[in-house]
Amino acid sequence: MVAAPLDLLDRRLLFVTGKGGVGKTTVAAALAYLGAESGKKTLVCEFDAKGNLADFLGAGRTGFTPREVSPRLWAMSNDSEESLKEYLSLQLRMPLLTKIGPLARIFEYVATAAPGVREVLTVGKVLWEVRDHGWDLVVVDASASGHIVGQLTAPQTINDLVSVGLIRQQTDWMVQLLSDPATTGVVITATPEEMPVNETLELATRLKSETSVDVAGVVVNRVLPELFGRGEGEVFDTLLDPDRTSALSAAVGGDATPLLEAAELAVALRRGRASHLERLRAELDSSIPMLYVPYLFLRTHGMRATRVVAENLAAELGH
Amino acid sequence: MAPRPPARAGSIEQLLAAKEIVVTCGSGGVGKTTTAAALGAMAVTRHGGRVLVLTVDPARRLANALGLEGFGNVERQVPVSAFTEAGVKPRGEMWAAMLDTRQSWDDLVRRHAPDKKTVEQILGNSLYQNFAGRFVQSHDYIAMERLYEIHATGNYDLVVVDTPPTRNAVDFLDAPERMAEFFSSRFLRLLIAPYRSRLMNFASKPFYQVADRVLGTQFLQDIAEFFILFQTMYAGFVSRAQSVSALLRDKRTTFVAVSTLEAAPLHEVEYFIAELERRRLHLGAIVLNKVLPSYLLDSGSTRIATALEDDAKTVADAIAGAGEDRDQLARVLTEVAESWLRFSVVAHREAEQRAELAVAPEVVAAVPFFEDDIADLRGLLQLGEKIWK
Repeated sequence: MVAAPLDLLDRRLLFVTGKGGVGKTTVAAALAYLGAESGKKTLVCEFDAKGNLADFLGAGRTGFTPREVSPRLWAMSNDSEESLKEYLSLQLRMPLLTKIGPLARIFEYVATAAPGVREVLTVGKVLWEVRDHGWDLVVVDASASGHIVGQLTAPQTINDLVSVGLIRQQTDWMVQLLSDPATTGVVITATPEEMPVNETLELATRLKSETSVDVAGVVVNRVLPELFGRGEGEVFDTLLDPDRTSALSAAVGGDATPLLEAAELAVALRRGRASHLERLRAELDSSIPMLYVPYLFLRTHGMRATRVVAENLAAELGH
Repeated sequence: MAPRPPARAGSIEQLLAAKEIVVTCGSGGVGKTTTAAALGAMAVTRHGGRVLVLTVDPARRLANALGLEGFGNVERQVPVSAFTEAGVKPRGEMWAAMLDTRQSWDDLVRRHAPDKKTVEQILGNSLYQNFAGRFVQSHDYIAMERLYEIHATGNYDLVVVDTPPTRNAVDFLDAPERMAEFFSSRFLRLLIAPYRSRLMNFASKPFYQVADRVLGTQFLQDIAEFFILFQTMYAGFVSRAQSVSALLRDKRTTFVAVSTLEAAPLHEVEYFIAELERRRLHLGAIVLNKVLPSYLLDSGSTRIATALEDDAKTVADAIAGAGEDRDQLARVLTEVAESWLRFSVVAHREAEQRAELAVAPEVVAAVPFFEDDIADLRGLLQLGEKIWK
């Protein structure tokens, strides 16, 4: 046995990322839900104010101020203007000399060109929540894999570029918090498909070489079930013989062909994905724990899906 | 000449025949790039002419198949052999290019900067490097800018462009205007004013007090310097951005929204379509990818599956051959029945999502779930066949 890796939920800050469309938000919501279930005062925060985290929590709209959506589970959406306002007034204790609107727009200009400024606010906001607001766990529905490295390295970028100023004084503790594996981890979400696997492998490599943030785990979402066990595949193949299909149809009192066709499709889909899953297993740093979440054959999305994913993650984590 | 009737296309085939530019859009992971490449490949084999597919980030195997690996911004012809291997004879030429944001920005600077010295200064500026590489909206803008440039060469009969994965599918529609606004804004003038004249004006003073304390004077100066350099390109930039914007509104341009039948991407597509309408841009088609086959909706089959699941043992006994392991056969039958019931639930969910789609464009094309990722021309053409008519 290898030394047991840190349990995901033992950390205090999890950034959940992944390629678009792989179920990043579901996984973030499910991890937060699990945290709250296990008694932790949990905050789940979406980086993108236009996101749809609320749909996955069965909650109404989420805003910049955290709101308790179920026992011990709080949710919020980040917002760069609100972050800026809070940053200036609370963190820098700076009186607002001008209306925030124009100031925020000028800030947008500066942040457009200046590396790390916008990112440091986004990441800074959740780091302040972790440091100052007494959460046991903060789960971030973070940016997609393309942008997460830039965000996580922003405090360091600022450190390298800026030598003085108030923002500079803030970045040391941020870097420290981000670099501490007992506190912070990145969870990469993938599906067993070509592009998501590619992006997961690339991101894991980049996180290791370009950041000091630990990869806490890879969640492989939408894993299709293996239909047939040992020897059963051959038995299934015999059913495809026209005579046998007819016998089956007679026995069930209707045409069995569509059922067999659907089973073939299920087998083929599983097989196509298995090779990508194999590649992920083979090429991913073996010290990174992998957690599997099955494809959900559910009628609905939303909170129901979040709960099912949470149950599966709990089983994977041995809870 | 009689005015052309408003372009109404009944199929992807007619749409591609009528348009010169097709922009595919939708959220990440729905098969946008593959769809764009499939549209291009179909146009080449069916309509002929010179067709360019401009993609942002193709899967490695697909890029390989198109001969794109490692070529970045340069347009490359997809070798005829790739078509021959797929068992078809192209009627025209298929070209492909990948979008290299950084390279495109550098080209843009070279084109618009007033002199060589300024070009060097901008390209060497550390903030520029960040701006060109990371500024998310710059990807959007540059994709549209490249599209304009390529279209203007007159080299192609049809250009299919795949949009970058953005946070928001409409971002790239606004990119040209935002870019123009960015360089003409009074905020920008406010920002660089004190570095042009030593006179700090009243309006900028509060901002400077804040910015100075937060960022530090040196950093602020670096930022201002970058903007001053960039301002030299202002006129060329703005007029170019306006031309790009006009091209998107042109009659010859159409948009194809791509989605899967899942709640989040569909939601995004609906929003996107509403935005297209608001801007009076032409929605040509919706392509729904990875759709489960409709036979899964059949209630008769579901009844059979339910009965089979309940009584697999009896059915196994009825059909088992001599010496066959009946328990094993029953297990296989149970799996078959359960698999049907599972996939049927998802197929019904998808059908509902599709019915709820609030918009009805002229063409809605559904692409079945392919067993594996599409990685060659044969696969692209297979996909294309499904949506062509």
